[in-house]
Amino acid sequence: MQLSLSAKIIVVTGLVIILVLAVIAIFAPLIAPYDPTIGELSERLKPPCWQEGGSRDHILGTDTLGRDVLSRLIYGTRTSLTVAVIAILIAGSIGSLLGITAGYLGGWVDTVIMRLTDLAFSFPTILLALVLAFVLGPSFFNIILVISLVLWVEYARMARGEALKIRGMDYVALAQVAGCSKIRIMLRHILPNVASSLIVLATLQVGMVIVLESSLSFLGVGVPPPDPDWGSMVAGGRSYIFSAWWLSAVPGVAIVITVLSFNLLGDTLTEYINPSLRRQGGW
Amino acid sequence: MQRYIVKRLLQGTLILFLVSIIVFLLGRQIGDPVALLLPEYSTEEDRIRLTEQLGLDKSLPEQYAIFIWNALQGDLGNSIRGAREPALDLVLERVPASLMLASIAVFISLLIGIPLGVLAAVKRGSLLDTTARVLALLGQATPVFLLAIMGMYIFSVQLGWFPTSGYGRPEQFVLPVLTMSCFMVAAFLRLTRASMLEVVDSEYIKLARIKGLSERNVIWKHALRNSLIPVLTFMGTIFGRMISGAVIVETIFAWPGIGRLAYDAVMQRNYPVLQAVVLFIATSFLVINLLVDILYAFIDPRIRYSQ
Repeated sequence: MQLSLSAKIIVVTGLVIILVLAVIAIFAPLIAPYDPTIGELSERLKPPCWQEGGSRDHILGTDTLGRDVLSRLIYGTRTSLTVAVIAILIAGSIGSLLGITAGYLGGWVDTVIMRLTDLAFSFPTILLALVLAFVLGPSFFNIILVISLVLWVEYARMARGEALKIRGMDYVALAQVAGCSKIRIMLRHILPNVASSLIVLATLQVGMVIVLESSLSFLGVGVPPPDPDWGSMVAGGRSYIFSAWWLSAVPGVAIVITVLSFNLLGDTLTEYINPSLRRQGGW
Repeated sequence: MQRYIVKRLLQGTLILFLVSIIVFLLGRQIGDPVALLLPEYSTEEDRIRLTEQLGLDKSLPEQYAIFIWNALQGDLGNSIRGAREPALDLVLERVPASLMLASIAVFISLLIGIPLGVLAAVKRGSLLDTTARVLALLGQATPVFLLAIMGMYIFSVQLGWFPTSGYGRPEQFVLPVLTMSCFMVAAFLRLTRASMLEVVDSEYIKLARIKGLSERNVIWKHALRNSLIPVLTFMGTIFGRMISGAVIVETIFAWPGIGRLAYDAVMQRNYPVLQAVVLFIATSFLVINLLVDILYAFIDPRIRYSQ
């Protein structure tokens, strides 16, 4: 499929934004003007520089503890992207392997794994994440664990479907005749043929993970304070919405732009690589 | 068809059983109810007495057996907070508020999302199409909690049109419903547009045109009816997302629904209420998905559940 010019512009814009975000996340300590966790109380609730009372010292203003909003935003990029990448890597690998196993082996293994996905599916995402996050306690590692537990299902279902299709192909039969072990067939012959669909799914999920992670942090069961996180920044600004709108608006805009870029990229990849996998609406 | 329904019901029961085990175990992990219930300076005897009273001195399998036996009789234990009301009653009390919010939001989203999706597909590439798609993308990229706060800032703080919280008066519905509708409008719009585009190219639509049916008739009757099938299947998925949305929206707008009840239960470590909420939600989720699948078979005769 050939991409239209406007589609190309959209994808390139999305990619550029994602690259910029990645650079910001990696070099956060070099870019951020202040320490994101330490504030000066005498400087608290300064508005952004373009507003009356704002100054060049704090371009996006300061929060209730006098911490620099821009610096927290920059470090927040790091939090969001790290959580998204690690959670998707974990959930993607486990889910895909389970799915391929279920699809290729069939029988009771298939039944057990598919019932597990039904089970995971019958819990509303936020509720499961809320309960787990609360049981395990808020920490960076736990938030990744919680999100992975929610995410693996889709990879498993998709990998299973693809593996079922591939199972009957001649080259798999040939590999069996040649005496390849089941594990070798699954990893060397099936996995590479499922990979492109899985990668598309992963791209589509980045936006969802960022929304989920920030929602959990907003509800107070995500990344623990004082670590900077977009979701908890929005939550922190909630009580000051009458006087300091920027506390919630700035991280909010960051979330929307980031999620939008990943969704645009994912949508285009879907159309390009695997049109059967149309996205069914956001989380 | 009957065999299919029976099979699905059996599967559903099995899943509910597994859910109940997980819910039971998670409930036990949330915190020590004895420590929560007793006043700070209570004696060891008080502690032992309460542990026995709550049945916490028995082994886990025994506790689970008692839990499931009572649950089957509609007794999910009592809240360990406040007036210690039965947990199931607390959940059922909150259902109407959630149902009201959700059904109005779904109704409005369908009313806006589907016609917009049809128009966008019919006038593909037009300004309307582009605007609709941009709106849909934005609607999907904006987290519910952010929409809620933005809505509060614009409509309550700046314009003073609607209250920031509460339940009962019509004006208190506006912001929560708007917040809940946004992502659904976006989803319905995209789904309808995509499936309309496929249907419009099909043979029978060409035939309907050749027969000389009016364009309005072709699009809104013949094409739309078939485009709605993916939208219907999506209703099962949307229910799960709505619950997630409800937890956030109800918490922010102080809405007395089950979403807020679930959040409060987790925060107060009120495990009987949490168990009741999760079991209630999982059951309704399974029932709704089964209904959607059956309805699906009725609407689209091409689908036969034979196996």
